[in-house]
Amino acid sequence: MSANPVQLTEPNTVLRLENISLSFGGVKALTDISFDVHEHEIRSIIGPNGAGKSSMLNVINGVYHPQAGNIYFRGEMRKRMDTAEAARQGIARTFQNIALFKGMTVLDNIMTGRNTHMKSGFISNALWIGKARNEEELNRHKVEEVIDFLEIQHIRKTPVGKLPYGLQKRVELARALAAEPSMLLLDEPMAGMNVEEKQDMCRFILEVNQQYGVTIVLIEHDMGVVMDISDRVVVLDYGKKIGDGLPNEVKNNPEVISAYLGTSH
Amino acid sequence: MINSVQPCYQTYPFKPPMNTSVNMLTFPRLLLEHAKTIPKRPAYREKYLGIWQVTSWESNLEQIKQLACGLASAGFKRGMNLAIIGDNRPQLYQAMVAAQCLGGVPVPLYQDAVAAEMVHVLNDASISFAIVEDQEQVDKLLEIKDQVPNLKVIIYEDPKGLKDYVQSFLHSYKQIQTAGEIFLEEHPEFFITELEVGRADDLSVILYTSGTTGKPKGVAHTHQNFIRAGQNSSKFDNLNYKDDILAYLPMAWVGDHLFSFAQAMVTGLTVNCPESKETVMADMREIGPSYYFAPPRIFESLLTQVTIRMEDAGALKRKLFELAMNVAKRVGSDILDGHEVSFLDRVSYSIFNLTIYAPLRNALGMSKIRVAYTAGEAIGPDLFRFYRSIGVNLKQFYGQTETCAYVCLQPDGQVKYDSVGVAAPGIEIKLAPSGEVLVRGVSVMQGYFQKPEATAESMDSEGYFHTGDAGIIDKDGHLRIIDRAKDVGKMANGKLFAPKYIENKLKFFPFIKEAVVFGDGKDAIMTFINIDFDAIANWAERRHIAFAGYIDLASKVEVYKMIGECIHKVNIDLAADEMLSHAQIARFLVLHKELDPDDDELTRTRKVRRGFIAEKYAPLLDALYAGLSEQYIETKVKFEDGRDGSISATVQIQDATTVKGAV
Repeated sequence: MSANPVQLTEPNTVLRLENISLSFGGVKALTDISFDVHEHEIRSIIGPNGAGKSSMLNVINGVYHPQAGNIYFRGEMRKRMDTAEAARQGIARTFQNIALFKGMTVLDNIMTGRNTHMKSGFISNALWIGKARNEEELNRHKVEEVIDFLEIQHIRKTPVGKLPYGLQKRVELARALAAEPSMLLLDEPMAGMNVEEKQDMCRFILEVNQQYGVTIVLIEHDMGVVMDISDRVVVLDYGKKIGDGLPNEVKNNPEVISAYLGTSH
Repeated sequence: MINSVQPCYQTYPFKPPMNTSVNMLTFPRLLLEHAKTIPKRPAYREKYLGIWQVTSWESNLEQIKQLACGLASAGFKRGMNLAIIGDNRPQLYQAMVAAQCLGGVPVPLYQDAVAAEMVHVLNDASISFAIVEDQEQVDKLLEIKDQVPNLKVIIYEDPKGLKDYVQSFLHSYKQIQTAGEIFLEEHPEFFITELEVGRADDLSVILYTSGTTGKPKGVAHTHQNFIRAGQNSSKFDNLNYKDDILAYLPMAWVGDHLFSFAQAMVTGLTVNCPESKETVMADMREIGPSYYFAPPRIFESLLTQVTIRMEDAGALKRKLFELAMNVAKRVGSDILDGHEVSFLDRVSYSIFNLTIYAPLRNALGMSKIRVAYTAGEAIGPDLFRFYRSIGVNLKQFYGQTETCAYVCLQPDGQVKYDSVGVAAPGIEIKLAPSGEVLVRGVSVMQGYFQKPEATAESMDSEGYFHTGDAGIIDKDGHLRIIDRAKDVGKMANGKLFAPKYIENKLKFFPFIKEAVVFGDGKDAIMTFINIDFDAIANWAERRHIAFAGYIDLASKVEVYKMIGECIHKVNIDLAADEMLSHAQIARFLVLHKELDPDDDELTRTRKVRRGFIAEKYAPLLDALYAGLSEQYIETKVKFEDGRDGSISATVQIQDATTVKGAV
């Protein structure tokens, strides 16, 4: 599916998680999980409800801080970091329950994705002179490219709150893309979509991956989609890793099958 | 300010150069002329990345030159046809001229056709080169490439998603232009030499008919056909290089080729290409075109939007709108046409124009419109008058692919909602004894591409093209289209029977959803009426008429009375017409069930299948002619879940009020 020429050479690991454990009080969300993400691949995280998938994403982009384990990003071990730092390092994400500014237009929402690329100061922005002006034009141009890419020209000036769910998801992806990330974390990008919207979203994810070479970490429940577009899949259940590998290997893994279909314990 | 009472006449900038005789005038020569006389004026505007990007006539020539030379270096030669597939894009319009510069013929295809439908046209026009818009169209062509043996080169304009396509016959528009630049350096005289070989009687375009009956036929037109049609129609409405048009209808449609290509090339007006199909309305508001075309259904949906928004508005606004619309309805059209109107009405119209009509026109994107056209199907009188009454100079025209869409036009000040206007300059029309409209003149095609038998069938020895439409010409010389010629019949006394014309008149009433008119070979005209349930239910509620459902509502005395009044009005209309005063509706009934495509009573495009209905409801039809006052009938129906069932009812029959004819 997403055979990537870059990967024909030795895979280049961008992110490595080693023995990550995360707990909230007595609740163990993640237990001793290790896996890695290669450059330019589509890496999916799957698992039943409450398996710890979203927690995993939150660990990757610095929302949660694991009690044990190490994270290596681009070869460097991460110290305690926050979400803003993650954004500066080129990690962007979308959320399971859409986190857009409902009262703002699509355009303004996507512009907020350019935040980390805006360097001009308060005064020049207030007076709309010099650097601020050029910067705004440049950023708007980038945003328009994303709008063109995701085919949402017709809703550019529409307040996000008025849009149907499927389009809101697309706008959220647009905002993440506007940050020009090198790694994109997608938390259930296809939840609640109809078949046609899912097809569109798949097309966009594949194109982001192939055209712009963005590494993608994806959480998704639709197994058809996951098996079709992923390069490798990691499976979590009750906070533990129970499978990791190519889509086909994972599909035939007895532990994964029992986690999904249930077995008599 | 009513912008079109006295349209300000701008001098028509283009005069053919002295040394260009009429039979040398081609579209490429027009391009050279505009690049020289109005080099900085915009030829195209296209919204890209949120900004309107302008192509001036000067750079238009440069780009076309590069493309043409690139095509030549790729092997495109005089006499070849170039397929063009995509939404309205400046690059695709440029491709048309580029092909013409080399002596080739552009063949635009409908961009929304599925791949399999394209095979016939591509093979029929023996296409070896195609310029398409994007990945979608490339994928279609790749799918059918095996079935189109001649197809050698595919050029795409938008490279999005095409990065990994490795086929050697795929080229980007940019690559071809770059190749063209190099070719041009090596052969500096090539372009102009090739261009000057062109003659006015060379083919300029092949447009395919929509093919509702049988396979699409290619209609071949010369430069002269379209240039003359473009010149005459532009002069007719004083179009000039300062006009703006929005190009949003399929490029393969003859209307778009006349408006956005021929007229634009003749006058130098600006063609504006919207960003995407979904943004057309927003883009229209930004551009404010001065010249506009839309089929009736678009005008209707715009009006519906206005009505819905007004219903949501506050009481004061609603009241004001109502007042304003009453004034507009009474005098708006007359003011637009320059007729006598009382001083008081004129004052109140101008006050409402400032406060209501102008903002409304602005909201519709119509504030700058000098001329707007509609065509394609019958437009309801209320709809038509609404736009004219708020100061939009909406008119109708008539024409078909075979006549460059240029046969009849409505002159300013002589606009009738039920006519399509008078014969356009350079065109003769006459009626065959059967009532069929025959056309001769500047815009009539050379023939169907490589189909001499089909050409011979539709063109007679005197050069008249047989349109297949039945019409009547009134005493002012206005043509009225009444039906397809094959559907027009004769009554028992030998007089004209045009069922669709009467049905359309009936259907213009919002309460009547469908009407079926019978009378072919009979001595009187009878009709079945299908009520519009939603509209009549609403009407009944407001009058406190209780009803149990469709069948009950359809049989109410009050409903019969109201429908009877509608029919009376239609009869008054018909009586005023000396050609049709004999064709008044004698008796009618309101059907107890809604006509439905699932029961084969309508086609999928919602046209009534008159013959089938006559058979299915034979007892009712017999009762109408027998003069009965009611008739019991049982009919089979198909429910939406697929089960069969039957409904029965005793249907009332009433006499309609007829009017003494004008003759």
